[in-house]
Amino acid sequence: MEKGTLRVKTGFAEMFKGGVIMDVTTPEQAKIAEEAGAVAVMALERVPADIRAQGGVARMSDPKVIKEIMAAVSIPVMAKVRIGHFAEAMILEALGVDFIDESEVLTPADEEHHIDKWAFKVPFVNGARDLGEALRRIAEGSAMIRTKGEAGTGNVVEAVRHARSVMKAIRRIQGMREDELMAEAKNLQAPYELVRYVHEHGRLPVVNFAAGGVATPADAALMMHLGMDGVFVGSGIFKSGDPVRRARAIVRAVTHYNDPEILAEVSEDLGEPMVGINLDELGEEERMAKRGW
Amino acid sequence: MKHVGVLALQGDFREHKLMLERLGARVREVRLPEHLEGLGGLVVPGGESTTIGKLATEYGLDAAVRQAYEAGDLSIWGTCAGAIWIAREILDYQQPHLGLMDIAVRRNAFGRQVDSFEVDLEVEGLNAPFRAVFIRAPEIVRAGEGVRVRARHEGRVVFAEQERMWAMAFHPELTGDDRLHREFLARLVAS
Repeated sequence: MEKGTLRVKTGFAEMFKGGVIMDVTTPEQAKIAEEAGAVAVMALERVPADIRAQGGVARMSDPKVIKEIMAAVSIPVMAKVRIGHFAEAMILEALGVDFIDESEVLTPADEEHHIDKWAFKVPFVNGARDLGEALRRIAEGSAMIRTKGEAGTGNVVEAVRHARSVMKAIRRIQGMREDELMAEAKNLQAPYELVRYVHEHGRLPVVNFAAGGVATPADAALMMHLGMDGVFVGSGIFKSGDPVRRARAIVRAVTHYNDPEILAEVSEDLGEPMVGINLDELGEEERMAKRGW
Repeated sequence: MKHVGVLALQGDFREHKLMLERLGARVREVRLPEHLEGLGGLVVPGGESTTIGKLATEYGLDAAVRQAYEAGDLSIWGTCAGAIWIAREILDYQQPHLGLMDIAVRRNAFGRQVDSFEVDLEVEGLNAPFRAVFIRAPEIVRAGEGVRVRARHEGRVVFAEQERMWAMAFHPELTGDDRLHREFLARLVAS
């Protein structure tokens, strides 16, 4: 019997497909998410919109908050660590969280190195803006990839940019001759074996979710049409006027993303969405997606 | 040709679909009751059982699946979350489910994700062990009278069969070993 194998980690991520993972900050919010049909929750002290507004150094959440949320729901619980902060990851593994997000939403702890994720039994998810970044994280042992988007903005434009960038690069590599793959690996700064995998299978070797700016059922459906396997919703639910209805609606939109009538039905009368930020109002140093490489 | 459906509300339905297609079946993704029309079998995949249960109830899939099974048209194979969905009884939790198979299950019976594992499993009817992947897996804690137990892990029931239904705690769609998919098509699904 073996625990923490690559198959057990990436296989778990496969189980989230077609589902919605929601940011929550309290046990009550976690129960709302579970009741709405979330496939997992991300336990946090502050949602990205508040991290953005309040500033300062954003760190791993207090273990007490995470444990209370784990006790409140039966669905899997994820939590975030700072990029490169493997000691925070060791703490989360000891708590028994089901998945760790090495996240640019928190203040990076290491500007050069990401965590060696092979060293852990618990699986990791990482953000990526393009295919090279996705393959570097997978080479480090990540079991799941998500777009970085631009968290806490309620603006889906960056998530769309990152999803399109990854999917376009996958299609390009699929159409290449075998003898072009090494040069492509050099261009992408990604391991040759993983470029080969993409060439042969036409997809990443792990699931690929949308994240960073999803605020409406239509946003979620758009990301599914762009080839994402599922959706993370951060501030978009609990910073909106009616979190219960919005959470339910986004779950249904991801399952039925190809059924416009159901999308129209679930999009109706959801109350105020989160206000949102236009990206040109953000300074370069305020962009979380630039963190990590 | 065998026509089977894979419940595609949420979870790893793609892997089941690919394996069944490789074995020559015609496979349809099922999200609404009308998608069951003409199917001989239905695979209910792994995923999050609370999510799958809620979405199935909302659009009337649970009633439609029950009706098709009772009419004798449909065989059903639940893996992991799918096994929870088809079980008559779910211990400790109230959640919408199909409830057709005479078993009781306990969710997350082997622990959280850090305790998930893979193991070579002896399965009754297979000539060699099956590499079984258990992910936050349920356990079948009670099997009723017409239920045949086909595999145990450390004494705990992880695969059971009743009439034209299979409930399985592990994920045969993740290993590339297609013996169980082959048997399901050959023995449980009518042409």
